[in-house]
Amino acid sequence: MNLSVNWLKQYIDLTDITTAELAEMITKSGVEVEQIHPKILDDDKIVVGYVKTCEQHPNADKLSLCQVDVGDEVLQIVCGAPNVKEGQYVVVAKPGAKLPGNFKIKKTKLRGEASEGMICSLDELGFDEKYIHDDYKDGIFYFQEEVSIGEPACPLLNLNDEIIELDVTANRSDCLSYYGLAYEVAAIFNKEINLPNPEVFINHGHSKDYISVKIEDEEANPYYSAWVIKDVHIKPSPLWLQNRLISAGIRPINNVVDITNYILLEYGQPLHAFDYDRLGSKKIVTRPAKKGETIKTLDGVERKLAEDHLVITNGENAHAIAGVMGGEESEVRDDTTTIILEAAYFNPRTVRKTSKDHGLRSESSARFEKGIDMLRVKEAATRAAQLLSELANGKVLGEIVEAGETKWNPNAVTFTHNEINQKIGTTISVNEMKSIIERLRFDYEEKDGQFTVMPPSRRQDIEIKEDMEEEIARLYGYDHIPFTLPEGEFNRGGLNKNQQLVRKIHHYLQSAGLNETISYSLTTAEKSVAFVSPDVKQLNPKPVKLSMPMSDLHSHLRLSAIPEMLQSVQHNVARNQHNVSIYELGSVYINQEEEMSSLPKEQLRLSAAMTGLVLEHPWQGENKQVDFYTIKGILEGLLNYLEIDIELEQGELDGLHPGRTALIKLNDEAVGFIGQIHPNVQKDYDLNDTYIFDLNLEKVLNHYEQNDTYRKIPKYPAIQQDLAFVVDTKIKAKELEKAILKQGQPYLQSVHVFDIYEGEHMEDGKKSIAFHLLFQDENKTLTDDEVEKARANIVNYLEETYEAVLRG
Amino acid sequence: MKERLQSLKEEALNQIPNIESEKALQDLRVKYLGKKGQITEVLKGMGKLSPEERPVIGQLANDVRDVITTAIEEKASELDQIALQKQLEKEAIDITLPGRPVQLGGPHLLMKVIRDIEDLFISMGYTVAEGPEVETDYYNFEALNLPKGHPARDMQDSFYITEDLLMRTHTSPVQARTMLEHEGKGPVKIICPGKVYRRDNDDATHSHQFTQIEGLYIDENVRMSDLKGTLNVLAKHLFGEDRDIRLRPSFFPFTEPSVEMDISCKVCNGEGCSVCKQSGWIEILGAGMVHPNVLEMAGFDSKKYTGFAFGMGPERIAMLKYGIEDIRHFYTNDIRFLKQFHRA
Ligand SMILES: [Zn+2]
Repeated sequence: MNLSVNWLKQYIDLTDITTAELAEMITKSGVEVEQIHPKILDDDKIVVGYVKTCEQHPNADKLSLCQVDVGDEVLQIVCGAPNVKEGQYVVVAKPGAKLPGNFKIKKTKLRGEASEGMICSLDELGFDEKYIHDDYKDGIFYFQEEVSIGEPACPLLNLNDEIIELDVTANRSDCLSYYGLAYEVAAIFNKEINLPNPEVFINHGHSKDYISVKIEDEEANPYYSAWVIKDVHIKPSPLWLQNRLISAGIRPINNVVDITNYILLEYGQPLHAFDYDRLGSKKIVTRPAKKGETIKTLDGVERKLAEDHLVITNGENAHAIAGVMGGEESEVRDDTTTIILEAAYFNPRTVRKTSKDHGLRSESSARFEKGIDMLRVKEAATRAAQLLSELANGKVLGEIVEAGETKWNPNAVTFTHNEINQKIGTTISVNEMKSIIERLRFDYEEKDGQFTVMPPSRRQDIEIKEDMEEEIARLYGYDHIPFTLPEGEFNRGGLNKNQQLVRKIHHYLQSAGLNETISYSLTTAEKSVAFVSPDVKQLNPKPVKLSMPMSDLHSHLRLSAIPEMLQSVQHNVARNQHNVSIYELGSVYINQEEEMSSLPKEQLRLSAAMTGLVLEHPWQGENKQVDFYTIKGILEGLLNYLEIDIELEQGELDGLHPGRTALIKLNDEAVGFIGQIHPNVQKDYDLNDTYIFDLNLEKVLNHYEQNDTYRKIPKYPAIQQDLAFVVDTKIKAKELEKAILKQGQPYLQSVHVFDIYEGEHMEDGKKSIAFHLLFQDENKTLTDDEVEKARANIVNYLEETYEAVLRG
Repeated sequence: MKERLQSLKEEALNQIPNIESEKALQDLRVKYLGKKGQITEVLKGMGKLSPEERPVIGQLANDVRDVITTAIEEKASELDQIALQKQLEKEAIDITLPGRPVQLGGPHLLMKVIRDIEDLFISMGYTVAEGPEVETDYYNFEALNLPKGHPARDMQDSFYITEDLLMRTHTSPVQARTMLEHEGKGPVKIICPGKVYRRDNDDATHSHQFTQIEGLYIDENVRMSDLKGTLNVLAKHLFGEDRDIRLRPSFFPFTEPSVEMDISCKVCNGEGCSVCKQSGWIEILGAGMVHPNVLEMAGFDSKKYTGFAFGMGPERIAMLKYGIEDIRHFYTNDIRFLKQFHRA
């Protein structure tokens, strides 16, 4: 809503208040000011001039030489506009005047003739092009109504206005009209209000002889009134009215349309004018639309109606969509002479539904949707009728024809002075509260600090005690509320166990060189089922699809973060950021219902992706490319950190390299996977070798147990032994490691692979694998015999079980 | 003989300072002090001496031997020093060459902002509450005083999945759920961070997915001034002690009174500039006193309990704090963006 300061002054004396103060107080009291549009032009050297003579410039075909009376002198002005004529009242920028764009007017000579100023076009005066009438588009502006020579022209064109752009919240529909804003500003500044007191001369016959009104659905349309106005003369509105509409951002059309728009802004009451002769009957019936019914609206669009839309009909056909838009058939045109002025109250829900269904948001629907002032419908109609008779020569016929009724039966809001202070944390006196309520002009009673308030019809948002708390607090001033902290008992805050653990996991991963990302939960249909971990797949999830997605890119909920993360990797690689190590901790959404009726299971998962170099230290020749073991090391490190035993099991998964993929198993149950992206998929995503893992973090967290034990540092020396075996290449290192560890008991503390060899000097299908073994006893120094015995055990077992051959 | 020893001593002592290598020094030692060295040679003539002279000469020979030995040792240590010096000079490296980099990752900026706010409120006795991102219409709207057909539902056009299920449009349903868990007993002190979704086209200022962090405090006798004080602590923590705050009335269906909090603009210090649209203030968050309908629906007696709630967008806070120009940066995961915020 645009608030014109010049317009507001019509109702309230603002002489001692600057626009900046006005805007600040409006914001602080309840309605946010988006911005202030400053004056376009306010210069006394821009005045009304009278073109006394206008002759052809002696030396230029396209220029005119004008003698212009500006009151205290007559100026010779060379003018290039094709439409300048003798006898026009024009806007003259005298020498010394400054036009928008810092354009200074000086006395000059044009083609040998003196020019002492400029006759201005609206464009030159800073008028927004979209409001310039066709008559003035290609030339100067001239007044079409009475003005005085020498009078300052900026106020006449409302160029000296300041516009305060307001962001009115849904509850304050009263502030969508000057009427309501006048009350608001008067309450803020404790001012008098001068509201219009419309009167209309009605003595030309009876509206009821011309029209009848009937409501078929009183819930959708509680009240409807129609007034017949004859002999209307359609023409442009006077300048003052056009100025008002332009200040609100509405383009003037003709006097009838402009008047209805003006009342919409002044009273917040949307009106509609029908061309009586084009209505095609003598009755108006409002009713729910019929199935399949259509109407061609003012914007020329043929619209299909539904049964929960309300229409205004002539008893047969729809002539308007109630509260949203009129129909083209009975639109007021240049030849219209008799109009029906509609003033009604439509149910906010009906209008909201209708305007939403048609994607039609009009100034009218915006107001009906939020609820208009029930008790001002008739007054607004009267004001419109008055203006139609004054500005369109209309003859207003008899009494208004009505159906339904306007009612306002608010609940009394009661509260005590103490309650309010306790809730806000203030010490406002009873008298102060009374004065605030008086400034609001609410009817109220007060006895011993007990208040009873009757909300006025313009303030439908006042329903309960808390609403009055807000009214009192905001006018008392939020700035005056003290700063306190809650006085409740102390209690210990903090993160729960899982939240603490999750934070530790973040720290671990970040220390391991991974960058945290946040990807979209909503992805494409295709990606929503890609890279789904076996533990999710076995739940047989069904797609979760938005009913109305904004785009196919984000239409389905993900079952894995990997596809969107690969998108991030690709984004980086495409920008020459080849080294990418990222992780994400977030939900996937598992729905197991064919017809979804309950919330999907949201499972916390940890996903990571790595590509490029993990170590880039070229001058010492230490560039380290990410490989399977890099990302595996990070995963293992995490699980060691959490002291959770997992197993990797060679596996295959769609989208992954079949030879470089493993399932992550926890207690024989799959909880994720790790591997390299399949070369073909890498190509699809434009990726280099990229490694990923995806882990059901929820399961992992459930297995976590806090461990507070301590093991003493051993006093007795450890004995190290190295063993190398030749085995079949198919035999996995981990299996041998496990066997060695088992056979080496009770003294073998650890086994680690330290060398793998295949190829030259090695039989085909065989590999050499070497282990470091560490023997130790906590209670004594081990003897050579004890170690030798353990070693023999191990060697024998491996020879028997794996046909391993001990090397050297 | 005496003279011979004296001259040997002088000869040796004259030669030692000119020696430059370990080897030459060793040769000199052998030449004078060795088993076949010159001093030994001289002493071979001892037999010809008188018994009186023998101890004198013997003593002298020992003295000469000691003097030469000491001189050799000194020279040896000098040579060692020189050799070490040379070695160290050879071992000198270019300390300006880069060190082996440590690969350090880091948190996403939004998570950094969220954890910072979590920690502040934890220090004030709050706990962190979480909830589902796919919600029922009831928890997302109705339990928050937004019945079907409420005009404020338009303010947050939502991604529905079915008629009843949708992507949550705010983290407020977590408040509703947590309040229900408390079964009408206060205090409730929670902070709720999380992802939320709205039906928007992604552009520089809109994102269909974004984050939110909300707080809720319910107890007996909670006042609006407590909200103001709490928000003041938050604003100063986030934006600096020198920032002022102001509350303005606003409208949210789940709070009454509702407020919006502004902080004084850091760019212009409240004078007005393009960043604050000339107002001197920058909007940070929405808040208010929990609406009695919301309390009652969550099983709290609104005559006994009051409370406040507040909610903010980590994106907005980060954008203001760092001057980030495009909200999409948070979700593109450009490494050059992510790494910028991996600092202490
Ligand atoms: Zn500023």
